Amino acid sequence: MEGTNAKYVSQKISKTRWRPVSSSSLQQPDVFATGSWDNEENKISLWSIGEEISGMEAEFEGDPQLLCECKHGGDVLDLNFLDQERIVTASSTGAVSIYHLHPNSQTLSVSQCWTRAHHYPCDDAPCTGVVCKSPEIVTVGEDGRINLFRADKQAVIRTIDNADSSTIHAVTFLRTAEILTVNSIGQIKTWDFRQQSNTPAQILSQAGDRVPLHCVARHPNQQHIVATGGQDGMLCIWDARQGKAPASLMEAHTAEMWEVHFHPTNPDHLFTCSEDGSLLHWEMTSGSETASFLQGGRNNSVLSRSAVAPAGGGQSLSAWLSGDSSKGRLETTHMLPSQTLSVNSLDVLGQCLVCGTDGEAIFVNRQVPV
Amino acid sequence: MEELDVEPTTTNIPASEGNHLGFVWGPGDILVYDTIYKSSGSVGTCSSFIHEVRKDEDIYSPILRKLFNESHHIFVGLQTIREDLPNKNKKTQFVSISKNYRSVIRACMEELQQVADTELATQYGNQVSILLAIELIWNLCEVLFIDAAPGGSLLLHLLDWVRLHKADVDEKAQEVLQSESPTEHHGYWDVVSATKTLHSYLMQGRMDEARQMLVKWGVLKPAARSMYKQMDNLLSKMPVYNPGGSQTLTEFDVKWRHWHDMVDHSLQDNSFASDPNLELICKILMGDEDAILEQKDLLSTWYHFLVTRLLFSHPTVKPTELHYYAQSCLAMFDSRSAPEPLDSILLAAFEFDIHQVIKDCSIALNNWWFVAHLTDLLDHCNLLQSHNLHFGSNLREFLLLEYASGLFTHHSLWQLAVDYFDHCPEFGRVYLEQQIEHVPLDTERKALKVLRICEQRQMSEQVRSICKIMAKRALRNNRLGSALSWSIRAKDAAFATLISERFLQDYCARGTFSDLDLIDNLGPAMLLSDRLTFLGKYREFHKLYGENRFSDAATLLLSLMTAQIAPRSFWMTLLTDALPLLEQKEVRLPPKVNERNTWEPEMSSLYNLSVKPMTFQDEDVEVTKVELLRLALARNLAMAIVKEGTVAV
Repeated sequence: MEGTNAKYVSQKISKTRWRPVSSSSLQQPDVFATGSWDNEENKISLWSIGEEISGMEAEFEGDPQLLCECKHGGDVLDLNFLDQERIVTASSTGAVSIYHLHPNSQTLSVSQCWTRAHHYPCDDAPCTGVVCKSPEIVTVGEDGRINLFRADKQAVIRTIDNADSSTIHAVTFLRTAEILTVNSIGQIKTWDFRQQSNTPAQILSQAGDRVPLHCVARHPNQQHIVATGGQDGMLCIWDARQGKAPASLMEAHTAEMWEVHFHPTNPDHLFTCSEDGSLLHWEMTSGSETASFLQGGRNNSVLSRSAVAPAGGGQSLSAWLSGDSSKGRLETTHMLPSQTLSVNSLDVLGQCLVCGTDGEAIFVNRQVPV
Repeated sequence: MEELDVEPTTTNIPASEGNHLGFVWGPGDILVYDTIYKSSGSVGTCSSFIHEVRKDEDIYSPILRKLFNESHHIFVGLQTIREDLPNKNKKTQFVSISKNYRSVIRACMEELQQVADTELATQYGNQVSILLAIELIWNLCEVLFIDAAPGGSLLLHLLDWVRLHKADVDEKAQEVLQSESPTEHHGYWDVVSATKTLHSYLMQGRMDEARQMLVKWGVLKPAARSMYKQMDNLLSKMPVYNPGGSQTLTEFDVKWRHWHDMVDHSLQDNSFASDPNLELICKILMGDEDAILEQKDLLSTWYHFLVTRLLFSHPTVKPTELHYYAQSCLAMFDSRSAPEPLDSILLAAFEFDIHQVIKDCSIALNNWWFVAHLTDLLDHCNLLQSHNLHFGSNLREFLLLEYASGLFTHHSLWQLAVDYFDHCPEFGRVYLEQQIEHVPLDTERKALKVLRICEQRQMSEQVRSICKIMAKRALRNNRLGSALSWSIRAKDAAFATLISERFLQDYCARGTFSDLDLIDNLGPAMLLSDRLTFLGKYREFHKLYGENRFSDAATLLLSLMTAQIAPRSFWMTLLTDALPLLEQKEVRLPPKVNERNTWEPEMSSLYNLSVKPMTFQDEDVEVTKVELLRLALARNLAMAIVKEGTVAV
């Protein structure tokens, strides 16, 4: 793929995330964070891809430069920016930490840490996922627990013990106070923190199958549309408001899908990466139907095979929900040159994409066609 | 037993004095420990340390890790080159792969050099010199074996090889040319370094650059202008073989001889006698060995001398003649000291003794990376004859296995090793099977990655073992749901039965099921073991009962009892569950004629229960339960008989 730059970093990368840019400016992101795993000493690192040299079109060659790094106890299993200066990490030791980036000195340090946020009766349990909606932080773990924290408050706001009998692999916010988790037996559960009960508001799953789900992403504009990826490498699109089964299923990878992301500002584009070493760019080339993303589809039919969304009520089904119904509408492109080792994480913001692999390399592409 | 090639190296273990050491072979490393036995025979105390001895310490260098990762990619690409390609296409592919390997080495070297300036200078400096040697040897092997250039182009490749590894000439030339203009500031014009640069260019066959220097030089001596012009003429006329052109090697040879005679002629008629510098240049052009050897400090190595000598006396040298010149050059260049390992390796390469090159490299270098990758590439070029080892399969596989085993002991690089094992047809799989079970599984994600590796290779034994480890860990942490998921993934019926029992016990103790989300969603996985089926179906019964679908619930309960899959200890619970169903008036038990028969096993087991001494603590309650059940069963039976009779009429 053109414009993709590889940098070998001597550590297996488990997570990569762009530092958010202020939404008012149309600026491209220039700093990203990575977390490592499986190393003797794991690290959180911050990298800069530098300024784009204007006027020279081919000048995208600059390697990412290391800005600063900081030790991390245990594998980094998840990592997210709370805001421009704070990073929340999930560790295999069960700890949840907030790292603070000091903009003047360009250094990273731990500003807050909840040790044993996830644990078994007499052992630590890996924390597998973290999601932030400043100031709230939600974490999930192999212990099947859900924790709700608030940055700057040491006490746990809310804990749901035994929220899941198996491992929760990922979590995302549906809307304020509502989250969605995916687990290792193929279920999607939604939780409402406003409810006092410790049971899920809703459980969705694929009928008959118990394929573990590893990642989840919410459509940025239509909050009820959720994409998940699982062990079999299939991409599933769900309508969280209705139906117990996925609205559409698409073959994507040949092994575990580790992450799925909608493009934050152009959700016709979706990105997935997998253990099979590939990174896919999915594009809904819907033409006139682009607008349908902006409207809520309130149609009851979740039939994935229906070719044309009914026009009843002037509202049509989101193109993602109707899946690969008609050929040519959904295009997929490989974003990486062939490689065999797992792509563990990706993040996309503006025209920039970054991903990290078990081949101890980071790939940056600054010309993603979105 | 073969003779030892070199004395084995000694590693000192900081152990307590005089004690015997014990050791254990690991997959890649060795564990060494103190024993209480002393050499004198007495028994003493020993330290409580265990030492880990690593064979291949380069693997732990953070910068070399990049080399391993990048070359892994090239290696995998090489293995997928199709066998059926025409030989010519293959050769270009192999050469380009060899170049890729070398560029990775160079990139790594550059990075090491940058770091070497700052900290840990000695350690990194060492690695730089090793990489330099590796690249030098690799490049020569590429020229001689992989590219296998014929006479004529062979020399051109060798010249490139020397130029690449003696790049400091350009830096010096830059200095010289950047100094003040010679005509204006005579004092600053460093004649000595200018001469040296000119000679260096000359001996690398870079005639154009040499002529440029000569012009600058000539400006200094306007009197000798014609002499300089004549020399310039000689230099410009030196024929260079062009392998792509229409000229044949014989034609070139004729042309070259003609030029050679011209140089000889100018030397004979003392054209340059008045200028010793020019005369020396002329002698060098003649291929005069003594004249070339005078520039020993510029050549710095015997192989540079070899190439220069070939350039001016045997430009059409054939691969088969190389070894003769190489040996004599090595002897002429430095006759006193014994050759260094690098010299012998290069000499072996010039002698086309590939096995000797590989062997010497294995001994001299402290990592397996180089020999493993080079041997693999040479093997793909079909250059290694079947060389029988006294152990293992063949040389390529042996070296790859050594290298991959080293990688596998690394906490992070073990994933790379898997692909290397995959491409060792004979023992690769066995090695992988042995080693993959030693990967520590800290998190489920890591376990999933290891599982994926095993599942892709149909290593069912290892899959089972990994799932069992994870299931046991989950069970220890009281995570029944996770434990069951893992044993379902491993299709481990015995363990699934064990966990199902735990679920049923928990139910008996607490009266409610835990982990409903899992049990309600078992699906076809339920069929893994009888006990699991029972668990799933029993939960289904509760669900039906909860939904007031009594008739369906009763049918299910009945089938559970008749299928005999319920554990004996659970019968009482089942019958108690049946009690309200039996007593409900509107409930019709399955309207079959042989209803009575279907309830018979229940009756018999009830009988068993009541006759056998009960182990329950609260016997009174149990006795009452049994009595109630009897009554209920009898009444239900009566109802059934009446009903049956009614139907018959």
